[in-house]
Amino acid sequence: MRFVDEFRDAKLVKVVLAEIQRIVTRPWTIMEICGGQTHAILHYGLDELLPTQIELVHGPGCPVCVTSLELIDKALAIASQPNVIFCSFGDMLRVPGSSQDLFSIRAAGGQVRVVYSPLDAVKIAQHNPEKEVVFFAIGFETTAPANAASVLQAQALGLKNFSVLVSQVRVPPAMHAILGAPQNRVQGFLAAGHVCSIMGYWEYPPIAEQYRVPIVVTGFEPLDLVNGILMAVRQLEAGTHNVENAYSRVVTKAGNVPAQAMLKRVFTGCDRNWRGIGTIQDSGLRLSEEFLLFDAEKRFSVEHIQTQESEICISGIILQGLKKPFECPAFGTLCRPEKPLGATMVSSEGACAAYYRYKQPMDRT
Amino acid sequence: MCLGVPGKIVEFIEGGPLRMCKVDFGGVFREACIDTLPEAKIGDYTIIHAGFALTLLSEQEAMESLAALRELADLEAEMFPEEK
Amino acid sequence: MTDSQFPPSFEGPTCSLPLPHGEQVVMGHGSGGRLTSDLIQRVFLPAFANPALLAGNDFASLNLPEAGNLVGALAISTDSHIITPLFFPGGDIGRLAVCGTVNDISMSGANPLYLTAGFILEEGLAIDILQKVAVSMQAAAVEAGITIIAGDTKVVEHGKGDGLFITTTGIGWIPPNRQIGGQMAQPGDVVLISGTLGDHGIAVLAARGELGFETAIHSDTAPLNHLIQAVLEVAPNTHVLRDPTRGGLATTLNEIAHQSQVSIWLEETKIPVKPAVHAACEMLGFDPLYIANEGKVIVILPAAEADAALLAMRNLPYGLDAAQIGEVKADSPGRVLLKTPIGGTRILDVLAGEILPRIC
Repeated sequence: MRFVDEFRDAKLVKVVLAEIQRIVTRPWTIMEICGGQTHAILHYGLDELLPTQIELVHGPGCPVCVTSLELIDKALAIASQPNVIFCSFGDMLRVPGSSQDLFSIRAAGGQVRVVYSPLDAVKIAQHNPEKEVVFFAIGFETTAPANAASVLQAQALGLKNFSVLVSQVRVPPAMHAILGAPQNRVQGFLAAGHVCSIMGYWEYPPIAEQYRVPIVVTGFEPLDLVNGILMAVRQLEAGTHNVENAYSRVVTKAGNVPAQAMLKRVFTGCDRNWRGIGTIQDSGLRLSEEFLLFDAEKRFSVEHIQTQESEICISGIILQGLKKPFECPAFGTLCRPEKPLGATMVSSEGACAAYYRYKQPMDRT
Repeated sequence: MCLGVPGKIVEFIEGGPLRMCKVDFGGVFREACIDTLPEAKIGDYTIIHAGFALTLLSEQEAMESLAALRELADLEAEMFPEEK
Repeated sequence: MTDSQFPPSFEGPTCSLPLPHGEQVVMGHGSGGRLTSDLIQRVFLPAFANPALLAGNDFASLNLPEAGNLVGALAISTDSHIITPLFFPGGDIGRLAVCGTVNDISMSGANPLYLTAGFILEEGLAIDILQKVAVSMQAAAVEAGITIIAGDTKVVEHGKGDGLFITTTGIGWIPPNRQIGGQMAQPGDVVLISGTLGDHGIAVLAARGELGFETAIHSDTAPLNHLIQAVLEVAPNTHVLRDPTRGGLATTLNEIAHQSQVSIWLEETKIPVKPAVHAACEMLGFDPLYIANEGKVIVILPAAEADAALLAMRNLPYGLDAAQIGEVKADSPGRVLLKTPIGGTRILDVLAGEILPRIC
């Protein structure tokens, strides 16, 4: 595949790894805050090829993992209703609520459909006018425009049977929460390449300045990842804290301005509860006034949801990079991908699931 | 959070309220929303995520990035030949 | 919250994980991975326990009665076939049924001889669809050189059958002194695959239309008995033959690694995948190593016989892309590991539930 295979060049990856090894003089802790990057690092076995002085920590970059338990329970309540077709990205189906997941709703007879795109959910609404079609609109800023487009499409088509259950989250407030925490160990950041393709990286210089942390916008192929890490390490060794772009073929400083305008129109900022972490102010998006009639929370009466989180699950601590999955007593025993206690064991790039799939006891160090 | 894959725009699809196009990922074709990229042309490469085109891909930046890394490779080969 | 009055809906890529207490059959029990194996261990093996079943292969090998001067062993296998849509590029449920069982029998090193076929038809199924399926089954049978000798038909009410289900049982004859099975892999053996991975799963997914992508990829559904006989002729000491169907290459190799108590090490750069399958997997976030194949065989054999086996496969239409992809070692028994293109290592575990497209 063009623009993919070139950035998987094994020879060039080795060259960059050698350069990192040559310039590193002391331990550094670098965080990536994108589930897609976590997945790629473990899929290629990249972390074990890095010099031992580099510790890669996985942040809360998985929108599946951080969707609040309350919202999951609301999703389950809506999906159980008889006249509803509940549409979702595949990632969400296995996430456990307080007592069920979307699979068990489907096993009991609920109509739950996996879609690749929110626009496919709009098509389902068009083809099923007698049903209520609800789309579970999760994601960071990368997915927000697609979710916004689905609402705009539904509005333009005059659909009365389409609504969205919104669980949008934003990256910069999460970075503030992590870097501002007293026990923070993160010294450098790899910024999420596709989030930045939409938002640009104009939001990051104040963060880099405030916390004196270099931030490198990084892509997803092995060469992108090691190159991003190299640029971060160069800055760390030099003691600088600038924002750099290692994914320039996709990301510009301004980002996709029409997409940002689309987001401003369809969404507005709000506080969000991040599962396992807590409420982060102004860290989410909800539908704006103009589009509130598409809000599934308003359309269906799903108030008064009592949530029950597993007492053993420490995914919040893992999401902040403070512990590794194998440091959780339930990891691999009580908590496994087939029987997850929390969201990080479910999503394919949730830190716990990734460690379980790709790393086993003999590799844990 | 960002499974985005490069694909080539091969056709524009008329008729809906939002601008759509057909993308070729290399023998696999899918439609995607191109509404936020008014400058997109047939033959351009774009990153597709959840059926939505995020940005256009800059071929020039891609070439320059690779060239810079190849220079690093040459430099390394010169300075540290024993590592080959 | 759960209302059992409305009918179940199975739209969308079928996939499920069990309820936390695991008491209901869910779709994931049919995925071929860990859930399926749990169900077999919990329900079928205790009820039907016998040495043939406990060996854990896709076929049973049974000695012929001495009184009749018969030698060798019988291979018997049975399988049920459920697929939507019934017709897809490269095949249909009928071809799938015949080839699936011919292949399972052939994995013992047997010559497949006879097949039986049971049909469950849904009320309302068009007769000409059934005719097309029957014609396709006969064509596959002729290609494989076997005869369909017995059958049965039942009809269920409209809404209870998904169109058509087929169950096939196959019988073959294993020549004497042939010992092939999942428990036979040895350290030092080499792992071969007869061709490209993921074609069937991606072709069927495209045909179902729910994920909205188009591709020219065809299912690889094919009878492999001739190819396997050609391999065994030049590589008589072959230890393991198995087709990577549900759960893909990774799940199947895990089964073998576990049965033989060895580790299997693969090199990702050597594993053949068609570019369009690769592109579809990239777009959806799938790993081709977990996608079903219906016309491929894994051959595990002593290193000395590998080149001859590869040559034999590459000379046949269903083995053109045959490749050597890995080796068997003694350490870490039960594990399958993969060396990535950049030189890292990752563990290939069994497929947990079912493969879902992802956005992350």
